[in-house]
Amino acid sequence: MTGPFEDVVRAHGGTVLRVCRAVLGRRDADDAWSETFLAALRAWPDLPPDANVEAWLVTVARRKAIDELRRRARHATPAAEPGALRGDPLVAPAPLPGDRDLDLWRAVGALPAKQRRVVVLHHLGGLPYADVAALVGGSDAAARRAGADGVAALRRTYGATIDDGGLP
Amino acid sequence: MTIDPTTRTGDERATLRRLHARLVAEAQADGLLDVTYRVVDSPVGRLLVAAGESGVLRVAFEVQGHTAALDDLAARVGPRVLEGGARLDPVLRELDEYFAGRRRTFDVPVDLRLTRGFRRDVVASLTAVPYGATASYRQVAAAAGRPAAVRAVGTACALNPVPLLLPCHRVVRSDGSPGRYAGGEAAKRALIGLERAGGGPLATAPAEA
Repeated sequence: MTGPFEDVVRAHGGTVLRVCRAVLGRRDADDAWSETFLAALRAWPDLPPDANVEAWLVTVARRKAIDELRRRARHATPAAEPGALRGDPLVAPAPLPGDRDLDLWRAVGALPAKQRRVVVLHHLGGLPYADVAALVGGSDAAARRAGADGVAALRRTYGATIDDGGLP
Repeated sequence: MTIDPTTRTGDERATLRRLHARLVAEAQADGLLDVTYRVVDSPVGRLLVAAGESGVLRVAFEVQGHTAALDDLAARVGPRVLEGGARLDPVLRELDEYFAGRRRTFDVPVDLRLTRGFRRDVVASLTAVPYGATASYRQVAAAAGRPAAVRAVGTACALNPVPLLLPCHRVVRSDGSPGRYAGGEAAKRALIGLERAGGGPLATAPAEA
């Protein structure tokens, strides 16, 4: 990518914060947000120009937040169960854009804009539909419908692997 | 939705501001930043001031387009560009002092990598024109060893990446009229006026100057 990274922080800082909060809770999301954007800043010049920046950041954020959760679970107090994460995993583990699973990213990228954002935010980002709706606009129910339509489209274009990966 | 969206937005905004400042500080500590910038008010309009590790890279007037300037910095210096950070404190302080009439020369390092060749030689030579004085494009061309390159000097001044710090506003037409300026002719008049006054504060916008 060749554009100023500041634009990325402005456009997606709020979404990343919501993903981190969805996993870690309100108070503990800051470190994961910082680690996400530091990692993204490091990688930014090498990110391919056609990458979906939001999906990339959401995936990094989710991973950093889960790392943080594990770190907390290892030390001290009984933390949230992995089951407490909201959103259903699309595949486990979710690949990063540019990682091996290029077909899935291509399929996700081919979805209509709203479906793509809902799938990314809910299934990759783990955001509850209420948060997803707040970001993409419209009602919870509309977001839920767009997510279901998106997953149905992915089943068609990316069938076999999704069946193995256990989509709901 | 159970949470009032306006409350959440306000809280989010404050949190994001804090996290952004932390990101800039950590990125700078890790040597990850190609460019940091700030946009500040001044008597000649809003200024974009951008710096890299080795000095000030760019001062851009609002009329030049701050977005275009940032895109250019990202493309030519590096895309790891963030707003804010302590790196810019010295140059912003010196600019404040200059506009208040309390500073005649700038001490912060400049990084001239956005210009090259003859243009670079010309802008680098501009500090030879002292505060409060002016030189003609012709005189600057002669001093640069190319007396016929009057137009090229004009172009070099117009494309000066760090106006104010390297004082292209002191280069005027042979008849003494200010001539063109990247920040607009009114800004040029205002700066020349500030310096001729020997350092009274330049407090008003130059619209009517």
